[in-house]
Amino acid sequence: MVRTYALLAWTWTRAAMAYPASFAIMTVLGLAVAGMDVAVILIVFANTTTLAGFSRDETLFLYGTANLAFCLCDMFVSNIDRISQHIKAGTLDTMLIRPVSPWLQLAADRFLPTRIGRIAQAAVVLGYALSALDLDPGRLWMVPVMIACGIVIFTALWTLAGALQFVLVDAPEVTSAFTYGTGQLTQYPFSIYGRELVRGVTYVLPLAFVNWQPALYVLDRDDPFGTPEFMRFLGPVAALVLALLAALAWRQGLRHYRSTGS
Amino acid sequence: MIELNDVGRAFKVKRAVVHAVRDLSFTVAPGEFVGYLGPNGAGKSTTIKMLCGILTPTSGRVRVAGLDPSRRRTTLARRIGVVFGQRTTLWWDLPLGDSFDLIRLLYKVDRKVFRVRLDELTQTLDLGGFLRTPVRQLSLGQRMRGDLAAALLHAPDVLVLDEPTIGLDVVSKASIRTFLRRLNAEQGTTVLLTTHDLGDIERLCRRVMVIDHGRLGFDGTLDDLMATAPEHSSIEDVVTALYTGTG
Amino acid sequence: MLTLRRCTTIPLYARLVRYGFRKHATYVVAALAGAFTNSVFGILRAYILIALWQARPGLAGYDVTQAVTYCFITQAFIGPMQLFGVGLSIPERIRSGDIALDLVRPASLQLWSLAEDLGRAAYLFLVRGLPPMLLGAAVFGIYLPAAPGQWAAFLTGFLAAVLVSFAWRYLVALSVCWLLDERGVQSFSLVLTTLCSGMLLPLELFPGWFGEAVRVLPWAAMVQAPTDLYLGEAPVLDTLAFQAFWAVVLLAAGALATRAIRHKVVIQGG
Repeated sequence: MVRTYALLAWTWTRAAMAYPASFAIMTVLGLAVAGMDVAVILIVFANTTTLAGFSRDETLFLYGTANLAFCLCDMFVSNIDRISQHIKAGTLDTMLIRPVSPWLQLAADRFLPTRIGRIAQAAVVLGYALSALDLDPGRLWMVPVMIACGIVIFTALWTLAGALQFVLVDAPEVTSAFTYGTGQLTQYPFSIYGRELVRGVTYVLPLAFVNWQPALYVLDRDDPFGTPEFMRFLGPVAALVLALLAALAWRQGLRHYRSTGS
Repeated sequence: MIELNDVGRAFKVKRAVVHAVRDLSFTVAPGEFVGYLGPNGAGKSTTIKMLCGILTPTSGRVRVAGLDPSRRRTTLARRIGVVFGQRTTLWWDLPLGDSFDLIRLLYKVDRKVFRVRLDELTQTLDLGGFLRTPVRQLSLGQRMRGDLAAALLHAPDVLVLDEPTIGLDVVSKASIRTFLRRLNAEQGTTVLLTTHDLGDIERLCRRVMVIDHGRLGFDGTLDDLMATAPEHSSIEDVVTALYTGTG
Repeated sequence: MLTLRRCTTIPLYARLVRYGFRKHATYVVAALAGAFTNSVFGILRAYILIALWQARPGLAGYDVTQAVTYCFITQAFIGPMQLFGVGLSIPERIRSGDIALDLVRPASLQLWSLAEDLGRAAYLFLVRGLPPMLLGAAVFGIYLPAAPGQWAAFLTGFLAAVLVSFAWRYLVALSVCWLLDERGVQSFSLVLTTLCSGMLLPLELFPGWFGEAVRVLPWAAMVQAPTDLYLGEAPVLDTLAFQAFWAVVLLAAGALATRAIRHKVVIQGG
């Protein structure tokens, strides 16, 4: 499966490399688009030293961890977003006549290697935050774990978004509120958000486990909302639950499609 | 090779139930070349989608190459080739050759076998001149030849063609017909062809099935079909009579 | 002669505005989906501004309510001004060659596109613009101008902002004719527009020379200017003059570009 994906992605990369100037421009511009989110953080902290109790570098740590996972999924999975276009154009039918899972084909469809710029940008910010913050080395093991969980959670979100589009063929943009919205949500310390919103994204849709809960452990901070200590370690559970939910929804969506024949 | 038993497919359209296909039964033996005719909206595309597993039938039993398409879709995919005349299965932005490479990867065709098959198809379909051209820049005739090659790279036992000659000029049509006839005769590939072009039927199909309002209205040889009408009628007259129910 | 021509052209463009409106009215579900997403992002952005204004009350001359209002009104502008895209069919028509058909019509391509775009903007203002504002009002409470004069100033400023936005997007769309990399130009425009319009944060917060520069560039006329008119935080005549200046400059540039493209396509057959 990984091999098939890699080969598909490589074909698109080769096609993109045929125009090297364009490739370079798009990589740089992708970096600039992603960099705007960092710009906002920097401008905010040019006007204040702390935001809802968190410093600039702590915020950049939150941004870096969530964004690294988000950008990786943006590169490798987010093409699923275009499923409603494929349904309307009938190209989903052509994916269904091939001996490979349509999920894989959709994720690799028109793979954009230029998004590597964004991943680099997130990695640089994370690297900076890790070196600027005086973190307890004994807690750093959590960083790769939270990034891995973040990748699973964002992949699940994009899969859910794709599954929803089987029903919302005419309103695919609704689903960006969940995918790109989560990307936006996880850029800042959750202490800036309202209590109800944070409850919702902790207990209903467990987005707080992308970075907020584990980051509290890494940064050695108490939760301003007073959740118990063990919640910091529930990231893998949340990721697993969301992944199962997404897989189920995807199967259901595909079944719905094959029985309505859009 | 293809077997349908009392197959039905209903859609809900604004609370009303529409039967796109009902009580459809037919068998296609290996090596046959069958024309599948019917007026617009008769249920041809629905049938084809059920044959490749894109659409699940609401009743009845479908078997293609011994498999239930809707349950064993990905397994069946390796044994069936499909061409949609109205849309391409190739990748719009990639050169034709890259599209073929992708197909080789998706179908896991051995590199050597692929090479031989591609050379053969390149020659018989005369693709040499535009393998490096992005699909979106191909003419309709070139694209259709490319689509045909793409559907055959994995050497399927069954080839399903949905209006493959639509919009093509006389020369392109002739070359595609020659190719299909040879494919069927030399490789023994079973072919099911839907078309509105009766020239395709006359020149290619020994057997013809006509579907109307979701039911099979005629199933027999081309000669049988012609015999349903007075002598010296053209095939157009015969089919028109069948479609309009005056035959 | 002049009056005669005007008699026939005004109804033509008025009709095009109506067609633009009606054409988008058929995509009501998509527009509502956009409104939903803009609203969700509005809420997330509002929390950032609330936290910032709690740390620095009175920043940029706004109170917290005005800051929240700023956030939702800018979200409401995304649809009508197409801040994240081009929103014109011109690049597509240049690629397909259909642009030649548009250019041989006895009407200006620029005015024609503008008329359709105004219709689109009016529709999206209602369907994609109002919901985020209403949601913002319901969740956080937003500032509402009391004086009719302030409403008049805002609506004039909004219209001017749509003109500036159109004029800019028209230039971006036509550039496809010369610059082959269409996606590159569009991303470049996206970065400039989001960063310099006030879409991210009020331009008053941008530090140093960069802040001073973005406050006088044309993008400020799209988002910052009409928002300040709504909030009553800017001198009305100066702001409208600033917007009018950029509208005229960019529309004039667009007219020149139209002549150039006509020359290129119709005469060179290109």
